Amino acid sequence: MERPIRVLVAKPGLDGHDRGAKVIARALRDAGMEVIYTGLRQTPEQIVEAAIQEDVDVVAMSILSGAHNTLFPKVVNLLRERGVTDRLIVGGGVIPEDDIPFLIQTGVEAIFTPGTSTKDVVEFIKTHVKRQ
Amino acid sequence: MYDKDKYDKILSSYQKWEENKIVKLIEKFPERKKTFTTGSGVEVKRLYTPLDTKDMDYEEEIGYPGQYPFTRGVQPTMYRGRLWTMRQYAGFATAEESNKRYKYLLEQGQTGLSVAFDLPTQIGYDSDHPLSEGEVGKVGVAIDSLKDMEVLFDGIPLDKVSTSMTINAPASVLLAMYIAVAEKQGVSSDKLRGTIQNDILKEYIARGTYIFPPEESMRLITNIFEYCSQHVPQWNTISISGYHIREAGSTAAQEVAFTLADGIAYVEAAINAGLEVDEFAPRLSFFFNAHNDLLEEVAKYRAARRLWAKIMKERFNAKSEKSMQLKFHTQTAGSTLTAQQPDNNIVRVAIQTLAAVLGGTQSLHTNSRDEALALPTEDSVMIALRTQQIVAYESGVTETIDPLAGSYYIESLTDKIEKEAMEYIRNIDNLGGATKAIETGYIQKEIQNSAYKYQMQIESGERIVVGVNKFKVEEDQKRIILKVDPQVEIVQKKKLQKLRQERDNIRVKETIDILTQKARTDENLMPYILEAVKAYATLGEICGALREVFGEYEQSVIL
Amino acid sequence: MNIEDRLLAGDKIACARLISMLENNDKEAEEILKKLYHKTGKAYIIGVTGSPGAGKSTLTDKMAKKLREAGKKIGILAIDPTSPFTGGAILGDRIRMTDLSLDEGVFIRSMGTRGNLGGLSKATSSAIKVLDIFGCDYIFVETVGVGQSEIDIVKMADTVLMVLVPNMGDDIQAIKAGTMEIADVFAINKSDLDGADKTKLEIEMNLDLNDSKAFRPKVIKVSAIKNKDIDTLLEAIFEHRDYQMRTGNFDIRRINNARQEILDLAKEDLINLIMKKAVENDFLNTIVNEVYKRKLDPYSAKEELLNLLLN
Repeated sequence: MERPIRVLVAKPGLDGHDRGAKVIARALRDAGMEVIYTGLRQTPEQIVEAAIQEDVDVVAMSILSGAHNTLFPKVVNLLRERGVTDRLIVGGGVIPEDDIPFLIQTGVEAIFTPGTSTKDVVEFIKTHVKRQ
Repeated sequence: MYDKDKYDKILSSYQKWEENKIVKLIEKFPERKKTFTTGSGVEVKRLYTPLDTKDMDYEEEIGYPGQYPFTRGVQPTMYRGRLWTMRQYAGFATAEESNKRYKYLLEQGQTGLSVAFDLPTQIGYDSDHPLSEGEVGKVGVAIDSLKDMEVLFDGIPLDKVSTSMTINAPASVLLAMYIAVAEKQGVSSDKLRGTIQNDILKEYIARGTYIFPPEESMRLITNIFEYCSQHVPQWNTISISGYHIREAGSTAAQEVAFTLADGIAYVEAAINAGLEVDEFAPRLSFFFNAHNDLLEEVAKYRAARRLWAKIMKERFNAKSEKSMQLKFHTQTAGSTLTAQQPDNNIVRVAIQTLAAVLGGTQSLHTNSRDEALALPTEDSVMIALRTQQIVAYESGVTETIDPLAGSYYIESLTDKIEKEAMEYIRNIDNLGGATKAIETGYIQKEIQNSAYKYQMQIESGERIVVGVNKFKVEEDQKRIILKVDPQVEIVQKKKLQKLRQERDNIRVKETIDILTQKARTDENLMPYILEAVKAYATLGEICGALREVFGEYEQSVIL
Repeated sequence: MNIEDRLLAGDKIACARLISMLENNDKEAEEILKKLYHKTGKAYIIGVTGSPGAGKSTLTDKMAKKLREAGKKIGILAIDPTSPFTGGAILGDRIRMTDLSLDEGVFIRSMGTRGNLGGLSKATSSAIKVLDIFGCDYIFVETVGVGQSEIDIVKMADTVLMVLVPNMGDDIQAIKAGTMEIADVFAINKSDLDGADKTKLEIEMNLDLNDSKAFRPKVIKVSAIKNKDIDTLLEAIFEHRDYQMRTGNFDIRRINNARQEILDLAKEDLINLIMKKAVENDFLNTIVNEVYKRKLDPYSAKEELLNLLLN
């Protein structure tokens, strides 16, 4: 039996708009994944700790408040500091086009902006997940 | 509305029309879809006729503007008397920058201010709190203390403008700051006009900027009701918001239902706190969303007005007509804006503006085309404001009151939304009211189901979003967008540090200690918050003291 | 360092990885458990069950916090149902434990039931062992109290806590019907709601009727959200523990669990073995068809099937 992909869906920062995160969580579940949802107001430290304890394959974060340039890289770096480099990290939310290259460069592997189909997110995760 | 003869005649001619014109035709040329639905997924018939409004009692259910049940509007002359307040929600970075934007907007003919606060402010953290990292000045202006508030309204006479503040959990603190700034300008609090959102229930449901548990939050809210009825009588003490419920993915009927259910909870809380319904109810105001389905939205506003009037009269025995009037602010729907081909958003906003105006809104914020990308630029805000002005001065829809009334479709849809909302309110009553229904996750679950359904309809192509799942183009993504300088956070932290050094810290401690003490009693906390604010205690210190006593809300998430 | 040494050194990443491997039936991980099994048995295992929305996670969070104050190391396994249609799951219990998430002495793991026969209790008992080796003093295993597989899981616990809420109406009937017997302690959560006393009384009356057990379970009113009476609840749990230690019931329980576990493991492997043989040359389908057509009786069919194993 194929094992399910495990995904942490996280809301870093203070923004409370979780419609997108919840829709994605459901869509990933419906695509056969195990989704661990963190709830609102998570610090990068909490997200990293959850990613480790839950041994997820994917960390998917959503921010709509504009704090992405601070918080996304922090999660990536904290994971690296712990020696965790085999996870796929993706982000989504209201993220201006010209911030994307910076985020990709820091190690977030995809940024999904408003209007992205959940199917594309599922597909991306399935094809880019790093661990077998 | 019709006698039997007339009804039968219409029925038979309708059936004849269907038989003769439709049946054969659609065999040859089928309609575009099997079923047609509104933006909220309510099935829409091919044609609406007098048959659909046969039970409509004009005097009872529709009536006249400014008269119970207010279906046609809360003011007797509506926009013939005065246009709605054009109020653009704005605020970002520091108080200095936001102050400049407000002055610009007032110069452009805007008639009221609407303050957006950043997330740390909305959640009661100072800019130097660890959780504030990366958020300072991002979605609104950063306010740490009265000092910032003084700068924010510098040169803006508070007896002349009305100010709406989107602030909820710490609403009492920001209102106290506003009162204190006015006092420094020499304006007494009874002259102040404006609104605080102060609607904690929808924060638990949809928006997420809660701090304290429900019971304690309700106490702060009723404290404000009571304080304002005595000291700030022209202030709208709450803006019960469906906006964010809709943004979270609800249908139009759910937006009405959950908003009014929240409203019921506030009224009950105030009555339980010993207030007279007609004392505070006239200062309750509402806040709704405007989506793209023009006619459904118009019906929604009309249904909400009628249903609230009935609730206030029948359920709460309000005597004053003012208590029964549902006055509302509208904002066009952020969730309908697309990042793809963002100029198309101008058209969406125009349709939504029309919906709000045809629905009889009292004030309106129009979104800017670039808000799916970032905060709006000045140019985009200008177009958004001009959209309102074009509808106001060129479209002609303001010249007569409630012009869509009597449309068979509008009236039957108004009925339908009202009925569905009543059904939801009944369910919520059975669960023990809105607060309980939120704690069990019932309301959130209903909204999430609608949101997921909507998303799946877009992905299956059943629902078209222009530029997103149809009529796509390759876009050159380079656009001018507004960015908040990361320096803002550093500057704001420095200001805060300076304040902490320069103020009278003994006085601060005194006022905070008294507030902490009083929080443990049943006393109204407003006067003590005001004292702390005037001593330049920070927002974080005040909310911190209350957190200490009240504890914090723990999110109940049901997926 | 290999994963085994890292686990022993208290490395959370290794602990988490090993649990995943065991969940995925990884043979290498099983070998590690074989080697380290002698290190297990130290942790006290508390099963937490009850209907959805009863507040199990919040209550677990609060109990864990109290035990942390006493310096204990805590493991939490939160099990949520997997969708039988998609194989996916949303595991949301962690949300109610976020303030524990940065605590060095707490390890929280969410697991989906994954719907494979017998696999859940195997995965859970493996995860318990990993947390035990990891050094946890207390391990909470939290699961929705419906269905046989969930009941099997909580039976692995040394103490079973059943969480109820006031005014459950029909739910209480369901509990009477099946799961009441497995509880060693009852918690009436949300005790500030009307009806808490009534629910307590109902449970007590039920216990009166079923007075066959030597140990009479305590019924404790608590409020997880308000962090009220958590101490009392823990005391009741400890009381049950001490009772078992005193009477020798603790050993009996663990012996029973060991027996059950060996048999379950054997049963699972046996079935797998039979299935593997049975599908060769379409053997199973052939005999099924013959039984259907009345050419063969099911008893003889079974004998033929088992004969495969002997060859």
